[in-house]
Amino acid sequence: MNIHEYQAKQVLKGYGAPVADGVAITSADQAEAAAKQLPGPLYVVKSQIHAGGRGKGKFKELGADAKGGVRLAFSIEEAVAHAKEMLGNTLVTAQTGEAGKQVNRLYIEDGADIARELYCSLLVDRSVGQTAFVVSTEGGMDIEEVAHATPEKIHTIAINPEAGVTAENVAAINAALELTGDAAEDGKSLFPILYKAFVEKDMDMLEINPLIVMENGRLRVLDAKVSFDGNALYRHEDIRALRDETEEDAKEIEASKWDLAYVALDGNIGCMVNGAGLAMATMDIIKLYGKEPANFCDVGGGASKEKVAAAFKIITADPKVEGILVNIFGGIMKCDVIAEGVVAAVKEVGLKVPLVVRLEGTNVELGKKILNESGLAITAADDLDDAAQKIVAAIA
Amino acid sequence: MSILVNKNTKILVQGLTGKTGSFHTEQALAYYGTQMVGGIHPAKGGQTWTGSHGESLPIFASVAEGKERTGADASVIYVPPAGAADAIIEAIEAEIPFITCITEGIPVQDMVRVKARLDRSNSRLLGPNCPGVLTPEECKIGIMPGSIFKKGNVGIVSRSGTLTYEAVFQTTNEGLGQTTAVGIGGDPVKGTEFIDVLEMFLADDATESIIMIGEIGGAAEEDAAQFLIDEAKKGRKKPMAGFIAGRTAPKGRTMGHAGAVVSGGKGDAESKIAAMEAAGIRVSPSPARLGTTLVEVLKG
Repeated sequence: MNIHEYQAKQVLKGYGAPVADGVAITSADQAEAAAKQLPGPLYVVKSQIHAGGRGKGKFKELGADAKGGVRLAFSIEEAVAHAKEMLGNTLVTAQTGEAGKQVNRLYIEDGADIARELYCSLLVDRSVGQTAFVVSTEGGMDIEEVAHATPEKIHTIAINPEAGVTAENVAAINAALELTGDAAEDGKSLFPILYKAFVEKDMDMLEINPLIVMENGRLRVLDAKVSFDGNALYRHEDIRALRDETEEDAKEIEASKWDLAYVALDGNIGCMVNGAGLAMATMDIIKLYGKEPANFCDVGGGASKEKVAAAFKIITADPKVEGILVNIFGGIMKCDVIAEGVVAAVKEVGLKVPLVVRLEGTNVELGKKILNESGLAITAADDLDDAAQKIVAAIA
Repeated sequence: MSILVNKNTKILVQGLTGKTGSFHTEQALAYYGTQMVGGIHPAKGGQTWTGSHGESLPIFASVAEGKERTGADASVIYVPPAGAADAIIEAIEAEIPFITCITEGIPVQDMVRVKARLDRSNSRLLGPNCPGVLTPEECKIGIMPGSIFKKGNVGIVSRSGTLTYEAVFQTTNEGLGQTTAVGIGGDPVKGTEFIDVLEMFLADDATESIIMIGEIGGAAEEDAAQFLIDEAKKGRKKPMAGFIAGRTAPKGRTMGHAGAVVSGGKGDAESKIAAMEAAGIRVSPSPARLGTTLVEVLKG
């Protein structure tokens, strides 16, 4: 689950991390009052959307010469003018896709005098099974480009969970970031704080880009991007409350209500599969035969008839879908349950596009019988290859 | 021969009394008499579990007690996500040599904690979020459908449950059969990696060829490919076919499995396929041709 920058900073501030003062607003009328709460004279007006690359992003409705999604203002009047221009418009960044995202919320923040921009993130390093800091002196840039061009400038420091962040760890991070004096002292408190927040709140990723050294030599978290482990949200009511559904795909929200693993894609063959690996492989095989999948959908191992029907309805509700492929290898998942769910959903919402079903495994004969006797226009397939070829042919 | 489990393996079930644990324990007992020897429940020690066909097993209050009383050398965990990490740690502390965790959806930080404890032990953990392990006609731990297996000579290792079934089914249809099929699971932090299983298959005389199924995310497939290259230099090599799921997955999106995500420019399918092919694995472009690809490799 992703949250906005201003929410991420509030979470980090709660742990004692040095973040600038700021106020989130949802309408331009609030801009002046917001800016007046800040010391000035420098302000930063930042679009709050769940995507990176905001600074370099462009607003669709404004000219190519207009400023991006993160702007500096040298007076309250300028901050207000920016807010009026940005709110309600659509920001297109490297991560939003061409459609862009509407900016419904801004964060007006106290400006800072920047001496150095650094990169600092935390994630779980799966190669060692530990939480790790990934740091670089090359802050404020796309870290993937840094990793590609100058991999030696990226340092990974893994943290032993039984010891926590040790003095040696902090020294290693400070050295990697070339921090000295007050900044190094700030690091002694900041890095353990970030680790504590990451572990306690079950973060999936915490990225501070940039972490800055200010002209006065102190550290400050200038930007913060945080996502959370969906499997741990059950124990964080405070984090669940930060969810902004307007940033998510409506089909994905509906799917999450049914505990379905669903990801909306751009193609036109809808897929319903059991198992994440098989669901990915089903997408791959559609592509292999020259078409694109409309979604990833894993109904899981023990889905009920109702859950299968819900999944089928979400897939058919997507106007891009021109054909549907159901691919089931029943282990725990019984083929007859899948068949009943599909039949129930089709009876309720109708079937306007070709449907190919491949069933294998537990109760396969019973499942096929239910489909055959349903009287619905369902094409049966023998195996995955056959299924993919049939659905591709059906919409060609 | 086989790897990890055989007809002598004695298994305790953590989470036996739940719906999932009960169902799969019945299935295991029905599979060539897999030796399920008892269940664990802290509040129901001394009681007896009864299956839907009249099967019965003793319930012990702790893994340590269950091990002491039955001589179990393995456990399988069906405990729900919130309690699963503690269940694994209990099994590690009871010095169970081989622990399989089926549970899906365990928070990653819980697994980081488990991994630290596991590293200081002699136990092996398979999973979590995995279908388990099955040696045909001998032992079934976990949720794989026994009916598609056939005793034979192919070793199968996979990060994905249902793709394991595809590989099993297709090698059965080709008449090859399996020595053992191992699902290592789709989570980012787990107990057993490809390399561990490949080492066992290389060492197992009955395993004549291997199918390895990976997916996007992480670098475990690349690490495994390097391991195979290094072992081949020592003269240890077996014919292999493979598959990588997620060629078409968009960057930055988690595809069902918590570990299946291409992030930070790492973990994409193309680099994994290239690494596996460099290690001599014939990578099938289609998940429907795992069996036929292996047969082609064997024909040379």
